[in-house]
Order: sequence, then structure tokens, then C-alpha cells
Amino acid sequence: MPIDILMPALSPTMEEGTLAKWLKNEGDSVASGDVIAEIETDKATMEVEAVDEGTIGKIVVPEGSEGVKVNAVIAVLLGDGESASDIGTEKPAATPAPAAAEAPAPVAAEPVAAAPAAAEVPSDPDIPAGTEMVPTTVREALRDAMAEEMRADDDVFVMGEEVAEYQGAYKVTQGLLDEFGARRVVDTPITEHGFAGVGVGAAMAGLKPIVEFMTFNFAMQAMDQIINSAAKTRYMSGGQMHAPVVFRGPNGAAARVAAQHSQCYASWYSHVPGLKVIMPYTAADAKGLLKAAIRDPNPIIFLENEILYGHTFDVPKLDDFVLPIGKARIHRAGNDVTIVSFGIGMTYAEQAADELSGMGIEAEVIDLRTIRPMDLPTVIESVRKTGRLVTVEEGFPQSSVGTEIATRVMQQAFDYLDAPILTVAGKDVPMPYAANLEKLALPNVAEVVDAVKAVTYTA
Amino acid sequence: MAPRKSAASAGRRTGASKSAKSRSSKSAKPAIGTVIAEFDKEKELAVYREMLLIRRFEEKAGQLYGMGFIGGFCHLYIGQEAVITGIQHAMIDGDQLITGYRDHGHMLAAGMTARGVMAELTGRRSGYSRGKGGSMHMFSFEKNFFGGHGIVGAQVPLGTGLAFANRYKDNGNVSIAFYGDGASNQGQVYESFNMAELWELPVVYVVENNRYAMGTAVSRASAQTDFSQRGVSFNIPGYQVDGMDVRAVYAAAEAALEFARSGNGPIILEMLTYRYRGHSMSDPAKYRSKDEVQKMRSEHDPIEQVKVRLLEKGWATEDELKAIDKSVRDVVADSAEFAQTDPEPDPSELYTDILA
Repeated sequence: MPIDILMPALSPTMEEGTLAKWLKNEGDSVASGDVIAEIETDKATMEVEAVDEGTIGKIVVPEGSEGVKVNAVIAVLLGDGESASDIGTEKPAATPAPAAAEAPAPVAAEPVAAAPAAAEVPSDPDIPAGTEMVPTTVREALRDAMAEEMRADDDVFVMGEEVAEYQGAYKVTQGLLDEFGARRVVDTPITEHGFAGVGVGAAMAGLKPIVEFMTFNFAMQAMDQIINSAAKTRYMSGGQMHAPVVFRGPNGAAARVAAQHSQCYASWYSHVPGLKVIMPYTAADAKGLLKAAIRDPNPIIFLENEILYGHTFDVPKLDDFVLPIGKARIHRAGNDVTIVSFGIGMTYAEQAADELSGMGIEAEVIDLRTIRPMDLPTVIESVRKTGRLVTVEEGFPQSSVGTEIATRVMQQAFDYLDAPILTVAGKDVPMPYAANLEKLALPNVAEVVDAVKAVTYTA
Repeated sequence: MAPRKSAASAGRRTGASKSAKSRSSKSAKPAIGTVIAEFDKEKELAVYREMLLIRRFEEKAGQLYGMGFIGGFCHLYIGQEAVITGIQHAMIDGDQLITGYRDHGHMLAAGMTARGVMAELTGRRSGYSRGKGGSMHMFSFEKNFFGGHGIVGAQVPLGTGLAFANRYKDNGNVSIAFYGDGASNQGQVYESFNMAELWELPVVYVVENNRYAMGTAVSRASAQTDFSQRGVSFNIPGYQVDGMDVRAVYAAAEAALEFARSGNGPIILEMLTYRYRGHSMSDPAKYRSKDEVQKMRSEHDPIEQVKVRLLEKGWATEDELKAIDKSVRDVVADSAEFAQTDPEPDPSELYTDILA
């Protein structure tokens, strides 16, 4: 049967073009790969190669024709034993238009596919009465979490700069080399982009790497591997491949280390589908959530804080203390205003709540713990009770976690709000070095107190 | 002079144990890149058919792109078929493949179905990524094909990570990481080289040097155009191979895989190859002469070379080769038909496969 040769699309956006030149005449034989014509698009002149073998039976569109639509029949190819008389006298049957060209109509007619409702996240496990509570630093809690998971699963290993022989730049991996050896506690060269990729590749092959960044500031070198390779692989592979890797390390401002070492990346990572983003405050949350993160089959960003490493909190002494990812925790109950924070932002929120209590304002303080997926139901439930909301974080103010919370609460709980939502954040400046300027750049307790007074109209 | 001398000797001392070990283990290897493997009739026929499948598949993909069935970016492998075909024949079960965006040939060679690959190209639900990945982002866990990566060079650390996992599990497998002459100038390639040699990871780095990174000739982009030597400062041996001769590719791959599998660490194979088509579908390839392309096609075509040998040795007649061509065309035509009629993904697929 004669084969129609169609006007080809030669770029992602081409709809029509000029048939500049025929390089074969009627009666010429062609083999696949032979250049048969030249076509001008808006970008370039392109050669058209034959795909099938045969003889050019008829040239339908003469050279020099402009505005030839993609998929119009431009020539007819005859196979073995066929002649021009085999070509139908009527216009050759139009090739069905590709689905891509039709796509806009049905998509426009259909309602936009609704996002599935968020899966129910279980609450924190009950801690049995009488469980011993052990004062533990955040640093120790993180180490204990890694050690417990490494004992339980040989596929879990930790890699990063100075994690092994140096015992961790911030001593979070202290003792792990002694217990687990160099196979599972791997010192890397200073090569963030490279070792992040190695970690993701190892995860794709079935291991469960914990990749430590000495600080998340350096993870910007590795951003492509985190976002393009780790976060998107499950989707791009239709669910076949995934990268169960935990990227962890200190995030945000420490003290006097200035602009390049003092940035909070919570909102950056929270932007990306395919990641889970955790930012704990207490030692118990650090332990329970890191254990959950290591077991989770998704790529996880686990944001710690250098200043919090030395803070001590009670941690329940349980064999296997694991917390749910994606669940906020009511850190302090109250009825007058809701304060939402996470990570080191909680230190301002807690102190502000103490001060406010002295003024007769009882704040409900929510520790978000997980930034993505975000536990908005817990926030909204609180706002329904208090009618007022203040968010607190150290990151930059534009497109912050606070502005995201404010947007969604406005959309989903507008009728319950008695005042505009206020967002307390770091200032819109690179972190300065000078002690006085650094203090000004970070949020402070007074700003939180003032924001609460403003939304409760008690200023 | 004294300080310089002492620094130099100190350098020798500190590097002594490692480089001595490297030299002793690495000098025992065969002259990789100079050997042409002897193929028997069965193997010649096999590689002929496999390379032809890639070529016909790519020609059909180009045609479907022209008809609007395939969208976005589409990078064809035509001309480079001998590289993946020769390497695939040297692999053992469990060895992993990972490459960049010019990946259709690798997938077919890995044993992924023409239907599944073509349906992914047309964005249909039976595609390997259920229509959500497209030409540049396809995977097969079953066939140990780890993608299909759209960011130039990103697959090299990932492939190194696959090798890390092989060593961690001590499973005797080797990962093969493909990249191009363009990706060779990405920093993460050298970060990978350093770690792979430092940890003696079982990985074969395969540079498919097709002479052009998009429209830029290697000499215009690379200070060192011998890509096999790009591992020198990491003590990684490297060899240039005639990437248009499937027997040379096979021999080099067999030796390189053996080298990596035996615990010697990484090795680089530079495959001297050529792509006949433009970088992508919208590239008219004006940066090179028609004569250059024609010369490669007429004198070095990887498939034609096998065809000539088969006929000369009397291992196949013209008619038998035509029959192979016919059966390959049937497979490709079937995949194209399937890829045009398979439904698009259900709208509910928009929100699946983001998190487990």
C-alpha cells in the first residue's frame, strides 16, 4: 500500500512551515535515512529523511510552498511492485491528528483533576505511664536515632564530610565509626555535589543513606542532585525507582558566621513535590522523627540547628521511639492566640508565650515539626478556637513558611479569623557579621510579643 | 630548590602505597582499545539485529515526532548503535546501566520492550514511566536500567552511587555510567572520579564522544579532547575505542568490566562515535559539513560493517538480511501502532507516584 509522507513537526512548537526544496523527484527510489526534502521552520532549515524504503510515486506539495501545515501529505511513497496508479485519485485519507494536538480541548472541558485529600497522619504514639524520661541533648538524640537504625538495618549507612574519624564536624556522629566501622560511616572528600549524587545513586540501588551536609549552606552545591535526581525520580519513573535518602545537617543561622553560612532553607525545600521536609525543635522530636525519616521510602530533608544541638530536653526511654512525619505538636495549650513555629523559631515562640501569659494572654504554641507535608489541620483547628495567628521563623520573609501558612489559613479558615495573620521572620537582608546587626537581622521575642498584641488588639 | 624537591619527594612518599598498588594491579590488563573481538556467526547476527532495531526504532521515533505524536525534546541515537550494543553483550546479570538523555538505544539494548519505550515517548499510560517521564526520563528496575537523566552529567555521580552500593553489598556487579563529550566538562564528573578511585568502586565510565556537545565541536569546548585521559589526575586508567565497530566495543567492555569487577576501581572507556542526526529534533546541524556526515555514514556505519562481514563470510544472504530487516520493522511498526493507540494516562495519575 502506498505510504503517505507527511509534513513533519521539527520543533516542540512548530505548527506549519515552508517546503523549501525537494531533493528527490517522482520516480526516484529512496532508502531510509535518505534526505528527501528541506523544510524551513521559524528557527532553521531542516532536512527531512525518509523513514521507509520505496519509490517517490507523487509529490503532492511542490517546493516553495509556504504555510504547509504539520501532518499534511506532502508526497506518496510506493512500495515494491506498486505504481502511481495505486495512489488513490481522491485525496489521501487524512492521518488522524495526534492526540497532542487535540489535548487542549478535552482538558479544558474536564474539571481540573482535584488533588487527593491529604492522607490521615497518625498521632504520636502513647508513651506508657511510668516511662523514664532521660534528659538528652539534641545532638545525642540525633546520634542515638542513627545508631539505633543502623543496628536494626544493615542497609543504613552515613556519609559526609568529617562524619567518621573526626567524629562529626558538630559531633553529631560521635562514636558511630567505632561501633559500625568505615564501611558504614564514610568520610567523603569536600565534594557536596558529587557525594549527594553518590548517595542518591546508592539509594536507587536499594541502600538507605544518611547524607550529612556539614551545613545546609553547602547543600546548595548539591541542589541539582537533591531536587532533580532525588525528589523527582519516583514521579518520572512512574513509581518504579525511588531514592530513600535522608539529607541532614545544621540549617539556618548559627552565631557570627555571616551571610554564606547563615541561611534557613526550610521554605526552599518545602517548595518541592517529592520531598519531605522535617525541622525538629526538641530532642525527643529530633530522635523520633530522624528514626522515622531513615525508615521512610522517600527522600527527606532533615533540617537541624547548630545552636539547638546543645539544648537538653526529656526523651522517653523506649526501645523504639518513632514519631509520625507530617504531624504538628501542640507545644503549649492556650485560647487567646495561635503561634505556629518550628525548629529554633520555637525558642522565640516559647519565651513570648511566657511573657504574654504574664500579661493575661494565653497563647497556643504549635510546633510544626514537619514543613512538608504540612499539618495544616492542626493549625486550623487551633485558629478556629483562638481566631488569631502569628507565625515565627528565622528564614527570609518573602515566600517564607509563614506566608505559606498565612495563605492557606486565609483560604481555608477565613471566617474564623478575627485579625490579619502576622508573620515574624528574619529580616530581608543577607546575614550581617557585626554582632549588633546580626541581632537585628534575626527575629526576637519582643517582635513576637508585639505581633501577638497587635492581633489580639491589646497593643 | 630545596623546598620544591622536598615537596616532590613528600608527594611521592605519601602516594607511594596507593600508586604502587595501582601500578601493579593496573599494568596486568590487556591493551584495551586495540583489540577487535572475534564474533561467531550467532553473535554477528545478534548484534546486527539489535543495532538495526535501535536504528529503525529511532527512525520511527523521528517520524512520530514529525507527526506530533512525540513532543518536547527527543534525542536520537542513530549512528551510535555499536556503543551500547557492544557493551551490553559484555555485561553480566545484575550489572547496572545509567545514561543521559540520549537513552532510547540503551533501553532497547537492556531488553526493555519497544512498545513500552515508544509508548513513553508518546506520553501514554503503558509507557515505562506511565507517560510521566518522556524521552529523557525512563527507567526499568527490572532490567537494571537506572535512567534516562535530563541534566547533563548528573547521571555520573548517580552511577558512581550504584557502584558504591555494589561494593557495599559486595555483590560482584559493576555499574556502567554513560555520558557524552559535553558532560565531560561538568565538575560533578570529576567529583565522581575522585570518590570512585578513592574507594575503588566497581564502575566503568563510558564517554560517548560523538564529537559535538549540542552544536559545539569538542575542540571548541574542551582543553583536553582525549577524554580517555580525563581520569589521569585521579589515577584512573582510560582507553580510546573505535565506537563504530561493535567488536572493538565488546572487547574493550569485556576487559574494562573484568578490571572493575576484580576490585581495581574505576576505568574510563572513550567511545569514538558519531551521531548522524542533529542534537535534538529541532537541530539542523549546520555546525558540520554534509561531507563529514556522509563520510561517517558510508565508511564507518556500525550496522553496515556487520552486514558486509555477514555477506562476505557467507553467514547470511541478502534475502536473509532482508528478512531480519522485515522482522525488525514489524517490531517497530507494532510499537508505533501501540504507542499511538494506547490511552493517555488517567487524569488521576497527575497526583500519583510523588511520595510512597
